[in-house]
Amino acid sequence: MTNTTKTHALHYGLLAILAIAFMILPQYHSGNLARVMVLAIYAMGYNILFGYTGLLSLGHALFFSAGMYGLGLTMHLGGWTPAPAFLAALLASAVVATVIGFLVLRTSGVAFMIVTLMFAQAGYLTILYFGTYTRGDEGFALQQATRQLMGLDLTDQTIRYYTALILFSATLLLLAYFIRSPFGRTLIAIRENEERAKMLGYNVTAIKLKAVILSGVISGASGGAYALLFGNTGATFATVQFSILPLLWVLVGGAGTTTGPFIGVLFMTYLIDYASGQTTAYLIVVGVVLVLVTLFLPHGIVGTLRNKYAGWLP
Amino acid sequence: MTKLIKPTLTRRKLLGTGAAALASTPLLGRYAQAQSSEPIKIGFQVHRTGIGASYGRWYDRTTQAAVKRINDMGGINGRPVEVISEDDGTDPKRGAEVVEKFATQHNTDIAFGTLFSHVVYGSAPRAGELKMPYFVVSEGHHVASGALNRWTMQPGITDVKSQVQAMAPFVAENLGKKVTMIYPDFAFGHDHRDYFSAAIEAQGGEVVAKIAIPPTETSFTKYFPKIPRNTDVIYHVMVGPAVLTFVKEMGEFFGPSKPEIFGFIDSLEAVDIASPGLEFLEGTYFWEGNPRYAQDTNHDFDANYRKAVGVDENGASVSDSKDVSTYAHMFGCWETLNIVKRGMEMADYKGAGDRQALIEAVESMSNMDLSDDHPQGAKIFNGKTHQTFGHQYISKVEGGKLALAHTTSIEDTMYEDEVDYTTQSF
Amino acid sequence: MDFGPHLLLAILEGGVTAAVLALTAMGLSIVFGVMRVVNVAHGEFYMVGAVLAWYIATALGGNPALGFVAAIIVAPLLVGSLAAGVDRLILRRINYDPERTIVATIGTLYILQQTTLMTFGPNPRPVEPPFNTRIALPWFEWSDKGLEFYYPWGLSITSYKLFVIVAASVILITLWLAITRSKAGLIMRATQQDSDMAQAFGIPVKTVYSVVFGLGAGLAAVGAVLVVPIQQAYYLMGHDPLLLAFIVVIIGGLGSLPGTIIAAILIGMADSIISVFFTPTLAKIFATLLVATVLVFRPTGLMGKSTA
Repeated sequence: MTNTTKTHALHYGLLAILAIAFMILPQYHSGNLARVMVLAIYAMGYNILFGYTGLLSLGHALFFSAGMYGLGLTMHLGGWTPAPAFLAALLASAVVATVIGFLVLRTSGVAFMIVTLMFAQAGYLTILYFGTYTRGDEGFALQQATRQLMGLDLTDQTIRYYTALILFSATLLLLAYFIRSPFGRTLIAIRENEERAKMLGYNVTAIKLKAVILSGVISGASGGAYALLFGNTGATFATVQFSILPLLWVLVGGAGTTTGPFIGVLFMTYLIDYASGQTTAYLIVVGVVLVLVTLFLPHGIVGTLRNKYAGWLP
Repeated sequence: MTKLIKPTLTRRKLLGTGAAALASTPLLGRYAQAQSSEPIKIGFQVHRTGIGASYGRWYDRTTQAAVKRINDMGGINGRPVEVISEDDGTDPKRGAEVVEKFATQHNTDIAFGTLFSHVVYGSAPRAGELKMPYFVVSEGHHVASGALNRWTMQPGITDVKSQVQAMAPFVAENLGKKVTMIYPDFAFGHDHRDYFSAAIEAQGGEVVAKIAIPPTETSFTKYFPKIPRNTDVIYHVMVGPAVLTFVKEMGEFFGPSKPEIFGFIDSLEAVDIASPGLEFLEGTYFWEGNPRYAQDTNHDFDANYRKAVGVDENGASVSDSKDVSTYAHMFGCWETLNIVKRGMEMADYKGAGDRQALIEAVESMSNMDLSDDHPQGAKIFNGKTHQTFGHQYISKVEGGKLALAHTTSIEDTMYEDEVDYTTQSF
Repeated sequence: MDFGPHLLLAILEGGVTAAVLALTAMGLSIVFGVMRVVNVAHGEFYMVGAVLAWYIATALGGNPALGFVAAIIVAPLLVGSLAAGVDRLILRRINYDPERTIVATIGTLYILQQTTLMTFGPNPRPVEPPFNTRIALPWFEWSDKGLEFYYPWGLSITSYKLFVIVAASVILITLWLAITRSKAGLIMRATQQDSDMAQAFGIPVKTVYSVVFGLGAGLAAVGAVLVVPIQQAYYLMGHDPLLLAFIVVIIGGLGSLPGTIIAAILIGMADSIISVFFTPTLAKIFATLLVATVLVFRPTGLMGKSTA
């Protein structure tokens, strides 16, 4: 098998397993998996910037919540239906990502981390400030009756699962295609050596801006999907903690890999779920596992597999 | 429909007199008449970690005590009650996961317990979709405002809107008409702002300044100059770990020339009133959901409740006098569980198939008398809005303790219905 | 309140914030400068310092001054040793790789937080200040009769808050002298500039790293002990100081100690002074955007030379 065939086999195999998983798994786990897939979209969006372009953002909750409120507010206050509201989510995160990207790309390294963090914090406070519309920290619930798409009840657990799977598949395949495209390869070139990329004649800033926008829109899609499928918005999803989560997921799963973000979300979700069932001190367990992962799996789960056993892993 | 429901009578009616006699001797009679000794499982969503942890710990203790009492009295429909606790980390995302876990993994009969309103918002949609009765103890206005769904109820604790509006007559008559409000800049604070402003204007008063403090703030003195000089009364309500700093800095700011001060005990919940720096609170007033310091009453209900939960006369843990309880809120867990018990008995609850009947049974409730089941006071439950209404207490700080100064009527706390959940389908 | 007294009050409050922030950020800055790692657990070392201060003050009882003096000596030492232990057990083994350090210190953060929750509990606990007199401050006004002084309503500070500003300044000056004048400081600076070269000259780089990591955490603990009589010891209190300290270090310019001080003053003050002009949340939004804008237009920070 060539590496390309192997890659295709991996991606389609994963999607096939996920499609079958719903029929086999008990309801609790399939419900969990739906949420994992939606959040994995967020992690994949983050991975474009962090894993492939080498830009460590601490402000992605801003893009996630732009999507969440883009969908939530248009549905809740505007009475829109899910399809146009989801487009509003994409648009909102695209606009926010463009403006923020334009500003933050003047910086790099740690300054980039801080500037993204600060803008996200300003965004969080803005959501609180306009509490009349957003209901601040508690947010609002999207009523079950409004969460219908083309006659399908998105709150039904089968439809919710497969909607999440469709969005997840679309993102995964898009990104798998994208990183093999010339544009994706340019991003990796920038990550590996920005100066050289510049000398080769690439307009590095413009390319990075495109990466920020793509990353932001995918994160926003995840935020919109979360609000739509789980019926909840709130300022908690715009806090710093929610910006750090995708970083953690991607680092644990494997930065710069296509499947790492999904593995990271899956691993962390079940780690917290399992540990909290065993002990009330589950955060200690989570902490210890994180330390162990850094000690023994330096490139995350998928990244370490790639380095040690399967160099072809995408 | 107004119907007086006496819980003990209902239980006896269901169990039969013979069973009741047996049930009253705990060791022999427990569960003897049960058709099935399978326990009734209550999924308890508890804030063990995160910002709600100090509340969660006391919600947990109260819940355990209430369940022990219910089991000692023979359980529900002759079946023992089992509490299955899951930490929600005071986080809406994890809250929703926990409700799913109750519904699909633990197969609990109901979900119960949440305090922080953002967790309620995160969890309620999932509870509705999973058709899981979800009893919250959150004092938010979210239930009665119609924002949630038919599966979510708040029968054991009053909501912010009724608490706040019931304070206005007392404030206007006894403290002054020009009020400056200081509150956290999130939904809970906005509810205070909106409902109190309206209520004080109805009393001929006015709010002269509204100071919304961002929730991330840790120092407060810089905001106090925004208090207008002509303020008669400061109305403060703060939540979170910085509350003690807030109150202390307020005292340092005013020095000897302070206006009247009226606060919600949320500003000092789980904090010792005798902490250093709080001396200036002497003579000021607090709303209390349930008086923290034991008052002279003509009944023993509060004393029995304190004893069961393990709270002393000063509202602290009997084992550690420094461990102050969240007394103004935690009674809601106790009362809610007693209502759940009564509802299950009315509905002759057997299992998950009777969940809808449980909701309908609770919806049919109305008056709840002051009793061991309702030690905080009598209540009137509104089945249409899924919200209970009850007395509110205003206490004055005297000698470093809180002394009850005024008890509002239940009527003071009522407002027009904003929703009728009973018209929604299940 | 009139504008003048209001502004003075804001500046004084900003001064207290800046003083504590400078100490905390200095700890992070030294670690960052010498070891080139982001210590995400820095805020937790601050929190542990505050919690230890509560334990020490409560255990000693009696005069609050006694407890306070004991706390400010013992708590930073304990926290410093704890941090040095973390360095030996974890960071050294992952070779101070920047990304792995982030995950490892997030793990440390969880462990410290949960351990504190289980032992110390979820309630904020106050520590009594050694002294705390309210000092009313005068303001002046030009009138027909010339310059007049009066005491405006609410314009005051406490003696303890003034002490915090003074104490932080003294500690920072001492630290500055130690780094620039002492042999230990020389070794630290040598390691910062080129650790390979330092190693070649016989400097025990690993030990230096452990000491520096402990020193950084210890400084955070000093800041925490100073602040607990104003705020309270609480198991989630490390979050904000971490973010603010992090911001201060970058705004100041990586590895620049004077830059860190200037940035701490700027950020402590900006928050306070902007709050004079706007409603609180709006003020926070503007203060945040102001700081972000400074970095956008001066990406290397105020005193920085080049990006790391």
